[in-house]
Amino acid sequence: MNKNKIIELKAISKEFNGEQVLSEISLDIHDNEFITLLGPSGCGKTTTLRIIAGFETPDSGDVFFDGKRINDLPPYKRELNTVFQKYALFPHLNVFENIAFGLRQKKLPEREITDRVKDALKMVNLTGFERRNVEKLSGGQQQRVAIARALINRPKVLLLDEPLGALDLKLRKDMQNELKNIQHMTGITFIFVTHDQEEALSMSDTVVVMANGKIQQIGSPTDIYNEPINAFVADFIGESNIVDGVMTADYKAKFAGQLFDCLDKGFAKNEPVDIVVRPEDVDVVPVDKGMLSGKVTSVTFKGVYYEIIVDINGFKWMIQSTDYVAPGDEIGLYIEPDAIHVMKKSEFSDMFGDYSSFSDELEHLSDTEEEEADE
Amino acid sequence: MNRPIDKEKFSDKVKEKRIREPLFARAAAYPHIVWAALFIIAPLLFVCYYAFTDQSGNFTLSNIQALSQHTGTFILSVSYSLIATVICLIIGYPLAFVISKASRKRQNLLIMFLMTPMWMNLLIRTYSLMAILDDGGLLNAMLRATGLGELHIIGTGGAVIFGMVYDFLPYMVLPIYSVMTKQDSSLIEAAYDLGCNRLQAHFKVTLPLSVPGIISGITMVFVPSISTFYISQKLGGGTIFLIGDTIEMQFQNRATYNVGAAISLVMMILILVSVAVMNRFSDDEDSAGGVIV
Repeated sequence: MNKNKIIELKAISKEFNGEQVLSEISLDIHDNEFITLLGPSGCGKTTTLRIIAGFETPDSGDVFFDGKRINDLPPYKRELNTVFQKYALFPHLNVFENIAFGLRQKKLPEREITDRVKDALKMVNLTGFERRNVEKLSGGQQQRVAIARALINRPKVLLLDEPLGALDLKLRKDMQNELKNIQHMTGITFIFVTHDQEEALSMSDTVVVMANGKIQQIGSPTDIYNEPINAFVADFIGESNIVDGVMTADYKAKFAGQLFDCLDKGFAKNEPVDIVVRPEDVDVVPVDKGMLSGKVTSVTFKGVYYEIIVDINGFKWMIQSTDYVAPGDEIGLYIEPDAIHVMKKSEFSDMFGDYSSFSDELEHLSDTEEEEADE
Repeated sequence: MNRPIDKEKFSDKVKEKRIREPLFARAAAYPHIVWAALFIIAPLLFVCYYAFTDQSGNFTLSNIQALSQHTGTFILSVSYSLIATVICLIIGYPLAFVISKASRKRQNLLIMFLMTPMWMNLLIRTYSLMAILDDGGLLNAMLRATGLGELHIIGTGGAVIFGMVYDFLPYMVLPIYSVMTKQDSSLIEAAYDLGCNRLQAHFKVTLPLSVPGIISGITMVFVPSISTFYISQKLGGGTIFLIGDTIEMQFQNRATYNVGAAISLVMMILILVSVAVMNRFSDDEDSAGGVIV
């Protein structure tokens, strides 16, 4: 399929109060694509979105829309609409008038406005809510109004700034499906900003992982998960054990004191690398059959699997297994060659990947932190 | 290892607070209730009493009937205060908007400039205005020096209205400013996003959301304007008589106490009614501007 580029970012940089928020971001966004900007707080994803929307102008670099440079085009002249993080519904207007706002601005006939608002409400399952006060709606309903208000203008691109951040888990899952459906139905390009990796993986055609104002990796969800480019991406997307290793030869990686077969090649002889092993790719075996062995320090029941932390020569590995082992047991680990992913060393090496200070609670807390730094 | 101890202390404190607060809060309100009863409720009752009695304390409606002599003054007062309020709104709204759009630091500075005159007593401010507007005053001295002739301002209705605007402008700016600073900037962005330019976004979003502040500002300028007596006395040059002057005059003579009370009562009702009407305009239960009444 030959898809048109609808938005092109070329070497965009942006500084706020002397702080570099974006450095040399380049990104192509295609027609009909569901693309997600993913990263932790302050990585620059919201700023990128705001530059596309026209609320910020880049210090350097160019933004192209449909092949035309739009750096200096004010937001109201851009053929895109935004769903804001905190919905930004107009409190002085009811549901109907909120949704009709963009059409009234275009001075469409009353007849058409009424029909289109009705359709939009139907699309977001809010039929009959026309006369409601937006401030009296639940978070999920406000979210739907915000989506309807943006989509009714039939934009070419819809920007969504952490739109599900304020919803509870169940509602989030529902809205994820619904958004995905709406995107299929309308064929509009969605640019979605989130810090939730699960959300990014399950919804997107393309994921853009950002950190420190730079794009780390662009790819499909499976590529990003299976072939992370560096320790940051490996750690941010899913759980991973990241250990120091050396490529002794093509298809031979040495880490944790052992030599392993792997599927990677093209590294210099004895080049230091980062090795990623996903917790679900490790098999638990008796000590004598294992390639590595260690002592279980903790086991947590997660429903589908047990989350096992194993101490191997002082480095704590996380393993997900359906078989129970008891804390204190000595177990062996077996790793298939295709479970080993080799990455070049990067600025993020040695920052991630050890589970010695692992705590579910902490992880969860940092996940829910909102992105304030960007605003 | 003193963490658990701290926690315990903390929870104790919380418990203590939970039990104490309502009692303490109630106790703290008592002085205020006494104050209100003594200095707000009681005087009101006195006004009502005097309005419906004659000098010897017998019930009568003659005070109320006597009001018809003051109709002209009433109309003059209402029209002057309305004009002053409108001028305050025309100056105050853009001013509040400009201040609310400035950087935090500059906002504080500008608000301070606006507030500094209010540190001075209203009476003194009016006196100084008199010195400026007087025929032999600062303004005319300057006009003469530049050869532009003279302006007779003092003693005209214009001077009185000018005085009202000068004295009460901050009361218009502050509530509007406070509503505007609280507005979520993403609402304006949403308006841009949906096809509004700056001006359209202002009239479709900022202005309607500022209505509670505007209502509050109108009330806070109109009420003191309609009841003022020193502004008309000082700047009206003894020729302009407003309802406040009339009331003051009645109360200077024991014999007309009762008529003064009747005028006060009617004016109070007039103000209450107009405030109630205004509040209906905003039809906003949680008016952000802190509307009086």
